[in-house]
Amino acid sequence: MSIVFDHVRVDFDTPTGPMSVVDDVSFAIEDGEFVSVIGPSGCGKTTMMNIVAGFVRPTSGAVLLDAKPVTAPGPDRGVIFQEYGVFPWLTVRENIAFGLKLAANRVPAAERDEIVRRYMGLMGLADFAVAWPKTLSGGMRQRLALARAYAVKPRFLLMDEPFGALDAQTRSAMQDLLLEVLRAEGKTVMLITHSVEEAVYLSNRIVVMTARPTRIREIVDVPSGSAREELGELRAHVRDVVMKEYAAQVQQATRMSD
Amino acid sequence: MSTLRRALLILAPWGAIVLAWYAIHYSGLVPPALVPTPHAVAKRFWQLAQDRLPKDVLVSTGRVFVGVTLGIALAVPVGFVLGWYRGARAFIDPLLNFFRALPPIALIPLVIVYLGIGEAAKVAILFYASFFSGVVVMYEGIAQMSPIYVRVARTLGASDGEIFRRVIVPLAVPHMLTALRVALGVAWATLVASELIAAQQGLGSLIQNAASFFQLDIIYVGIICIGLIALAMDLALRAIARRLVAWQDRIA
Repeated sequence: MSIVFDHVRVDFDTPTGPMSVVDDVSFAIEDGEFVSVIGPSGCGKTTMMNIVAGFVRPTSGAVLLDAKPVTAPGPDRGVIFQEYGVFPWLTVRENIAFGLKLAANRVPAAERDEIVRRYMGLMGLADFAVAWPKTLSGGMRQRLALARAYAVKPRFLLMDEPFGALDAQTRSAMQDLLLEVLRAEGKTVMLITHSVEEAVYLSNRIVVMTARPTRIREIVDVPSGSAREELGELRAHVRDVVMKEYAAQVQQATRMSD
Repeated sequence: MSTLRRALLILAPWGAIVLAWYAIHYSGLVPPALVPTPHAVAKRFWQLAQDRLPKDVLVSTGRVFVGVTLGIALAVPVGFVLGWYRGARAFIDPLLNFFRALPPIALIPLVIVYLGIGEAAKVAILFYASFFSGVVVMYEGIAQMSPIYVRVARTLGASDGEIFRRVIVPLAVPHMLTALRVALGVAWATLVASELIAAQQGLGSLIQNAASFFQLDIIYVGIICIGLIALAMDLALRAIARRLVAWQDRIA
């Protein structure tokens, strides 16, 4: 149960010729690990996640799930998007049940109800079973998206800046909830973020990416049970590296606009 | 807001129109013979209601119903394909806008040549008007559909068929209802033109016959009937939409 990036390279076709977005990225996310990918915005982090999710094919190289290359999206990989993507035409309960009614992971009605009830409870949505998403706050929508992804029992959780649109309070509550849920049901997680705090707080390892075309700048281990000062130093170090890449990205943008 | 106040607010503009109507009649600015009073029109309405009016309403409503049904039945799939396949739009969009701009009244001579002067010709005009107004609403709605729901469904393991049934159809329903409402409005607005084709019955023919004899009160009766039926249908559709797509942020 691992995700392996094997010399992944992605070029996008643009009117001015191919543009290199991801340049020879290799690393592995081991079973049960929580790995954050951090880097300047627009560097190609989301493209990396989209390859794992099965939405983008690498130009060369491959992403391997248990040694098999990814070719299409599938229910073994739950994806959490920044814009939630909860289905507005379904109630909270129907949203969570959506995946369980598909041929790919159909379960008997009684079991489905049980799973739906369980995740509504876990995500604090039990009182909103028949509510329309339009009546929910941003944090609740993201919890709903998480419940819906969890319901089909994915082995991997891919998250693209999932808490970016939330206010600071809700964001930190969501981070704690995520850790709690992961303690209850472990997943192998890849989180795309631009927040150093978030990456250090949640991950076992942090992959710092460079400006576009993105490469791995550095992989930082976050030792579990680290002391406060240690974590502080780690944060400062990651922030330092990330800021340098931001600066490089800004320079690149200026050059392009000249 | 109390129910009474609401009712008063809804009735107020109508009352104002009737008052203005009387004012124009009695002001002397216009020869009174050219503006029949509201009560004269009401009296004529009552008289016609016992005579040909019910049949006229029935015939016209039937024509609108058939024209809109056929128009929307075609507009929904065509609009869907155009909205879904961006490639198709580039070619078809100018064509749609070309035909949409043609006034139905200008097509009447051609319709008579090709379809004669029977029911088919009248319905064809209404079909034309509803199709082109409906298809544009439909395809713009589909084109603006956010792709995220399809992507989410894919990550949950949905097949193409499941995505169509469980994601795209529910998302298309509000656009279908809007297309239907727009088409109905346009069809009623086109009714008189369609009944220019040798119609013996219908609200349009009522108005045209009255015009030949300078019966202004009958013309007013016909116009008011068209407006009221169109309004009633729109309100009914809106009520249906509210129940059917209660999940939407706001009902158009």
